Amino acid sequence: MSDITSSSFVRRDLLTERPAPVKTTGFIGLVRTRLFNSPTNILLTIIGALLLWFTIVPSVRFLVVDAVWSGKDRTACLAENAGFAVGACWPYIQAKLPQLIYGFYPEAERWRVNLTLLLAVVLLLPLLIPRLPAKGLNAGLFFLAFPVVAFFLLHGGGIKGFGLSWTAGLLELFDDSIINAGQVLLGLSKTSAIGPLLWIVGQLIVLVGTAISWLIFPLTWLRDQIQGTGQSVWLDFAITAAIVSLIGFVLGGGVRTGGRALASCIATFVAIAVVIKLMDLDHGGLSIVTTNLWGGLLVTLVVSVTGIVTSLPIGIALALGRRSTIPLIRIFSIAFIEFWRGVPLITVLFFATYMLPLFLPGNFTVDGLVRALIGIALFTGAYQAENVRGGLAAIPRGQGEAAAALGLSWWKTTSLIVLPQALRHVIPNLVNSFISLFKDTSLVSIVALFDLLGSLRASFSDPKWSTPSTAFTGFAFAGIIYFIFCFGMSRYSLFVERRLNAHRRN
Amino acid sequence: MSTEARKPPAQIALKIRRILGGKAGWNGVAVQFAFAAILGWIGYEIVSNARANLENQHIAAGFGFLRNNAGFDVNQTLISYTGSDTFLRVFVVGLLNTLVVSVVGIVFATVIGFIVALCRLSPNWLLSRVGEIYVEIIRNLPLLFQILFWYLAVLAALPNPRQSISLLGIAFISNRGLVVPSPIGESGFAPFLAMLAFGIVASLALRFHARRALFQEGRMIRIWPSVLGLLFGLPLLSTLVFGLPFTFELPQLRGFNFAGGSRIIPEFVALTVALSTYTAAFIAEIVRAGILSVHQGQMEAGASLGLSRGATLRLIVIPQAMRVIVPPLTNQYLNLTKNSSLAVAIGYPDLVSVFAGTSLSQTGQAIEIIAMTMGVYLLISLLTSAVMSVYGWRVSRSLGA
Repeated sequence: MSDITSSSFVRRDLLTERPAPVKTTGFIGLVRTRLFNSPTNILLTIIGALLLWFTIVPSVRFLVVDAVWSGKDRTACLAENAGFAVGACWPYIQAKLPQLIYGFYPEAERWRVNLTLLLAVVLLLPLLIPRLPAKGLNAGLFFLAFPVVAFFLLHGGGIKGFGLSWTAGLLELFDDSIINAGQVLLGLSKTSAIGPLLWIVGQLIVLVGTAISWLIFPLTWLRDQIQGTGQSVWLDFAITAAIVSLIGFVLGGGVRTGGRALASCIATFVAIAVVIKLMDLDHGGLSIVTTNLWGGLLVTLVVSVTGIVTSLPIGIALALGRRSTIPLIRIFSIAFIEFWRGVPLITVLFFATYMLPLFLPGNFTVDGLVRALIGIALFTGAYQAENVRGGLAAIPRGQGEAAAALGLSWWKTTSLIVLPQALRHVIPNLVNSFISLFKDTSLVSIVALFDLLGSLRASFSDPKWSTPSTAFTGFAFAGIIYFIFCFGMSRYSLFVERRLNAHRRN
Repeated sequence: MSTEARKPPAQIALKIRRILGGKAGWNGVAVQFAFAAILGWIGYEIVSNARANLENQHIAAGFGFLRNNAGFDVNQTLISYTGSDTFLRVFVVGLLNTLVVSVVGIVFATVIGFIVALCRLSPNWLLSRVGEIYVEIIRNLPLLFQILFWYLAVLAALPNPRQSISLLGIAFISNRGLVVPSPIGESGFAPFLAMLAFGIVASLALRFHARRALFQEGRMIRIWPSVLGLLFGLPLLSTLVFGLPFTFELPQLRGFNFAGGSRIIPEFVALTVALSTYTAAFIAEIVRAGILSVHQGQMEAGASLGLSRGATLRLIVIPQAMRVIVPPLTNQYLNLTKNSSLAVAIGYPDLVSVFAGTSLSQTGQAIEIIAMTMGVYLLISLLTSAVMSVYGWRVSRSLGA
């Protein structure tokens, strides 16, 4: 047996030390592996550094170093007075800040805008944080109660009746239009070739209309009685509350299980009563501020929040319609969606501004802001429909089939099983749509509404502040505001996406 | 004893019910009737209200106004136009302006978008951060904001024509726009054009032939020298034989403005810059996602076959990425075309600006004009989506094969 150490192939002397491997982590490693590892990369790094040098440095110089921070008018921002090449003229923003945020909203009433914004933040923040409870209540408050309260806060004015009066009024209008249509048919029957048929149909429609008017007579009579008394709002409110609570109680299961529904009904009505009392809506409410005085960031936020709140139901309805098997509804939804998606928003706004008033009865004028809101809601609704449809398509068929096997109706299947899952799937897409909606609100400045961008543009023409750097300063300020909102929303969308895909991560 | 399956019953009533009312059956039919009645009622209300309102405002409905004289000037026209031309011609002028700004914007947006996407994909850390910053800033600012920024801030801050910025002494940038040399056709123009057209057609035919030879017989034909010769050699030859095809008229500063050359109006410059940089940010994201969607293994497989990195990219990665890229890219092109309607904010005479803006305020024919304007955009987008569905069908067919 030989000694293995004496074998010729065993190395006796130590190897010379090799240099330590190149560091690939940390800052030095980053510089070495991602910036200077090859001649091309060195060249690219130099190009990138030059790009940054020629964009970041002048921007910082403009915004901070060379900026003028105080002054009373344009003279402070002129190079000959300041003694150096002036960058941003911040006193101009300071002077125009109220206009950029509130527009021409009366100074004494601006607390209402602040209060509305505060309410929005208080309601929205818990909605955005997934860990907090009571999402249903929170969403109801933000999407249903908040818009109404915000309307009365921002616009002002009071109410003359409540649910009962409104229902009676609506039914009356509906009934009138039915009788009207019947009478038009009767009129046509005198000249038309199919006269007798039209006459019969017309008579039938008039008959239906008369029957409806008899059916709703108790309601209208009650309304007239209430309007006669001094406390019409509160009386109407009490009757409405009683009727709705009773319906809720009965539908909720009567004596056995209806207690919960009754309690929530009563709680809702108490809350509504408190709001009415607090805002004095029964006595004319707050003083009215017409929308042509609104402006700046206020209009931007009002338009985008209204767009967000109204476009989602429209989108869901259209998406369900597009997937429906009933031919007419499907065709209508497809045509509607494709129409609004095929035209630019600016033509939609032109449509809402110039064409919509022609389609409404002559005595019926619609506020300019509301017109733009209608256009934006329809336009965004069509885009949201496609997003929601994507979510609906992602739900496996088995979900709907399982619901059908349990005996759920189409409405219950959709609202309890399919939609909640589908909407959760597409939250990132919805938020992305909201980002583009927020950016698109700037277009209302073209149809003579003064949103943030419109107010900014209007402020440029003020001779008191016209300096070479005014425009750049204004754009820098508005750009920062837009960027904060949009960037925040996009980060939130990423956060939700990551949370939703948490189970897929490995 | 026969083992043939019995024919299923015809179930004609069921089929009719499914056709008429979908899954909901007769309920569906009832819903449709109610829906049709509501739609009919709304339609009737709209028509009767519109008729009454137009009568009150003494506006004659119909397209007769298109033959009236417009009576206003347009500051950029591709076809000859004077104030005494009709509204129909205004429509065509506006449409052409929309198309030209869209096409130019699309070209620039694609180029910038691909460059930014390459920056973002670059292994160089700094360059990819620069690309990311660009995309984030541009995407999170409204397009109208950017258009107004370029128009009201950047272009307005440029010097007047007398102190204009000179680019190599042939083009000048000032607050009146961009002045470039204008080509003037000479005697050699027609043969030059003919040769160029022949060169393009011949190169395409050559490419077709080469691909056919490659796919059917496995022969590689090197075509690039002949293509180069056809595309550049032939026109050069015609220039040598027939003389110069065109000469350039250089702009000269006379008094307070430029004489000669052709002027590109600042509105066009602002709109093109804003549209192309804005859309480029979206295109960059699309291209990046497309290239990342091709599996890493494809690159490695190409390398293991002995292909160079460039050849792997060109032959393996990009064709697969294109399938992912093309549909959203077309969507962005469509968006750019629709967004060009924001021209109305800065007064570039596009379709919306001169037709739905000026013509509408002059004639008051809101219904006709807005319907025509919307119709044009709708037609463009429907045509595009038709083309895209054909493309999608071809891609899915080639994937299935």
